[in-house]
Amino acid sequence: MVTAVVNLELARSFGLKDDEYEKVLTIMGRTPSLTELGIFSVMWSEHCSYKSSRLHLKTLPTKAPWVIHGPGENAGVIDIGDGLAAVFKMESHNHPSFIEPYQGAATGVGGILRDVFTMGARPIANLNALRFGDPSHKDTKRVVDGVVRGIGGYGNCMGVPTVGGEVNFHHSYNCNPLVNAMTVGLARQDRIFLSAAAGVGNPVVYVGSKTGRDGIHGATMSSAEFDSESSSKRPTVQVGDPFTEKLLLEACLELMATDAVISIQDMGAAGLTSSAVEMASKGGVGIDLDLDHVPQRETHMQAYEMMLSESQERMLMVLRPDRTEVARKIFEKWELDFAIVGTLTDSGRITVRHKGTVEADIPLGPLADEAPIYDRPTVPYERQPALTPPAAPCGVEAALSRLLSSGNGASRAWIWNQYDSGVGGQTVKRPGGADAAIVRVEGTNRGLAMTTDCTPRYGQADPYIGGAQAVVEVWRNITATGARPLAMTDNLNFASPENPYIMAQFVEAVKGIGDAGRALDFPVVSGNVSLYNETRGDDGSVTAIQPAPVIGGVGVLEDVHKAVGLAFPDAGEILLIGETIGTLGQSLWLKEILNREEGAPPAINFEAERRNGDFVRGLIQDELVTACHDVSDGGLLLAVAEMAMAGGIGCSLADAPADMPAHAYWFGEDQARYVVVTQQADSVIKAAQGKGVPVQRLGHVGGDTLKIGTEGALTVGKMQALHASFFPRFMGQEDAPLVHLDEQLS
Amino acid sequence: MKIGIVVFPGTNRERDMAQAFQVASGKAPQMLWHQQDNVDGFDLIVLPGGFSFGDYLRSGAMAAHSPIMRAVRQFAEKGGYVLGVCNGFQLLTEAQMLPGALLRNAGMRFLSQDCHLKVEGRDSIFTAGWERGAVFRAPLAHGDGNYTAAPEVLDQLEGEGRVAFRYCDAAGQVKHHDAHVNMNGSARSIAGVLSENRRVCGLMPHPENLTEDILGGTDGLPLFNGILEGLG
Repeated sequence: MVTAVVNLELARSFGLKDDEYEKVLTIMGRTPSLTELGIFSVMWSEHCSYKSSRLHLKTLPTKAPWVIHGPGENAGVIDIGDGLAAVFKMESHNHPSFIEPYQGAATGVGGILRDVFTMGARPIANLNALRFGDPSHKDTKRVVDGVVRGIGGYGNCMGVPTVGGEVNFHHSYNCNPLVNAMTVGLARQDRIFLSAAAGVGNPVVYVGSKTGRDGIHGATMSSAEFDSESSSKRPTVQVGDPFTEKLLLEACLELMATDAVISIQDMGAAGLTSSAVEMASKGGVGIDLDLDHVPQRETHMQAYEMMLSESQERMLMVLRPDRTEVARKIFEKWELDFAIVGTLTDSGRITVRHKGTVEADIPLGPLADEAPIYDRPTVPYERQPALTPPAAPCGVEAALSRLLSSGNGASRAWIWNQYDSGVGGQTVKRPGGADAAIVRVEGTNRGLAMTTDCTPRYGQADPYIGGAQAVVEVWRNITATGARPLAMTDNLNFASPENPYIMAQFVEAVKGIGDAGRALDFPVVSGNVSLYNETRGDDGSVTAIQPAPVIGGVGVLEDVHKAVGLAFPDAGEILLIGETIGTLGQSLWLKEILNREEGAPPAINFEAERRNGDFVRGLIQDELVTACHDVSDGGLLLAVAEMAMAGGIGCSLADAPADMPAHAYWFGEDQARYVVVTQQADSVIKAAQGKGVPVQRLGHVGGDTLKIGTEGALTVGKMQALHASFFPRFMGQEDAPLVHLDEQLS
Repeated sequence: MKIGIVVFPGTNRERDMAQAFQVASGKAPQMLWHQQDNVDGFDLIVLPGGFSFGDYLRSGAMAAHSPIMRAVRQFAEKGGYVLGVCNGFQLLTEAQMLPGALLRNAGMRFLSQDCHLKVEGRDSIFTAGWERGAVFRAPLAHGDGNYTAAPEVLDQLEGEGRVAFRYCDAAGQVKHHDAHVNMNGSARSIAGVLSENRRVCGLMPHPENLTEDILGGTDGLPLFNGILEGLG
């Protein structure tokens, strides 16, 4: 039983700053009740209020003719043709995933799925962007194992295919992994559901699971840094039940096919508090809740606990009063709780009653709109200077072997193979099949291309480039399948905004994302910010994560049959589109071969991105290209090696040009580049020259070996074995193909 | 011809199954809710994949006691055709309409990847779409696919030609102890079995997910063509 006295000390322990508590006192004109203090503290947490990021997020481009709903709704909505809409968003579940990896990741997936189906969309794909600590750190294996099982456990049971994502390892994530989950859903444009409540007197209905004591103050926890006490916060991690969520999905979609729903909002972070406050304040109405009617899993729950619980798989809806019985029957059919817990009022207040007592009575205007907003100070960011080109300690072939078997270069198949990527029967390109996953739009000839990307090394060295590069890489990955990139969602993972250096990182990264989005007509339609991703050691030192402005993107193919993958076909000439200058700063080669993270990352040239990308997409649409892969981490040679391994066929490559060191040519990470395979090289080259697009002949597909000019050769079988070796060995799977390190470099 | 697909709370591959029959026959099957207690008039009942009732007790265990399963059992006893895929196969063993049980995968992890299957069953519409001994590719997606049964039951299944499908490599070699071939560790690499009258079939992999070139191939299509031809 919580019987704390409400005062400044309690407010601080709820995560409120002193001046924020002062503001609460002013708004209320009295000392708030415990429940009221709880409501203020979660609504004004960084997680719910975006108080440090809002000023900067406003600068992002969010509009385009194909954008139906931008940021501000549960998820972004875009027009994909045929009267259909793609509904998508990405969201983080970082802090819980370190404390309790399985449930942290599982409920992250559950939360983002609800954000999408609450808008009336059937989820058709999940993706996830994962960042783990160094493989040698004691927690990493535990976290990888739990996160992968949790994502699979939830998505597989829901019957939503997990089709793509990305994984990095870096020591800055040792005690603060990043778990960012993205869901893409499909809806009819004329049946999109929003959260703004309307109609004074209309019933407020609670559906889904019962409310328990789990996750109380979860939103506050995710707004604070980590320390060695954090594992004691395990009870604040919610527990997921994908079976109930599957029922909730089907029941909601069945109900949404009727005309009963006026507005709907899932109960995510800050549970009943945030859903009720958001619905009412967006609709400009008041809301009266009677907690006696809230379905409860535990006995003797207090108002404070019910309002702050983050129990999963729950929704709040406003229904047409004459349709409540229709709705009740649908939820009874699916064996879910259905309870009328309140009414919309014209009071402009949220009033919470429990056992005949008013436990909270707060004016909504100040609570939602007058939430604190901070223009946090920054200091000039020290960008890394350009790298003095280092000498290569080993040959190109040996370096390729090392990259293939490194944690950051290895095949992710061990992870994908635990996710059901085919359920739904529309998956055209599964993980590893193309630069972006392709899912057919059921009942049409269309396809959606989707991907997530970020290169935190770049962002650490230069946050502007980090933000911009994540956007252009997503745009390229969608382009490389032949799809037209439409819009993005961002998941901005940073350390403490109260540190001016970190705040500078954030501001610069947002500028980079905004500039890239504007240059490529690629607006941001939804997003999530996760701050305070840092760990305080027992000695007081703080470890900040490498900033991860993760971007998820969606594109459309009018004819899904035109999509190309990255696997080498049986034959063809290999061309490189885009210019190579051999930038090794912050490259995977530098990190894995020399263990250095130095230098300026590759420059971003929006004009070149657009020109080269539009050219490549045109080639694919004109069916001149049979395989395509963008050049990113690991540079040109890793890109070609991935195409060879995916196709199970080799190739012969010409040597690096005489004026460039071989390792810079093969492993430099210059942007705006694509490797394509074509049967009509001469006409492709002519077309490229006509459009001022740099193009170069690389070699020919064929044989069972990757021949790197005079630098050496590796059989495709050997590369596949190296590539597949890391994860099973790291995770200790006994049947792993054994490849020894000394053998790799021989 | 009337085909019904049973939907339990938690079923999630019913649309995939319907799409595969639609591709093969041009006709959409009918969805049947689990509380229905009558399946008269159908030619084939399909129990599709998913996590019926969350698979929280044992995979398929709760669904085996639902009203529609009494009807499906009677339907099968009268000679009706029943196909169970993945969770449907687990359910058929829980309902004791097929022998054996499906345990956790030997590697204790969910498996989602392509496997190869060798067609071994005789005299059944569920294997009639292939030549006997044919090898085809099919996606797997399950946590509990490790088939087990008493040795004498396994002997009987083999003796009577009731092992419908067996895991093998791309060249058709069966390798019981190779985790890359018999991925879930099934006894004698068994992936699918037939009932005594050969009219009830259960299998773990998902041929319904490989019935169109755009989705990666048509290796699974013979299952549906064979069924449709057999049902006339």
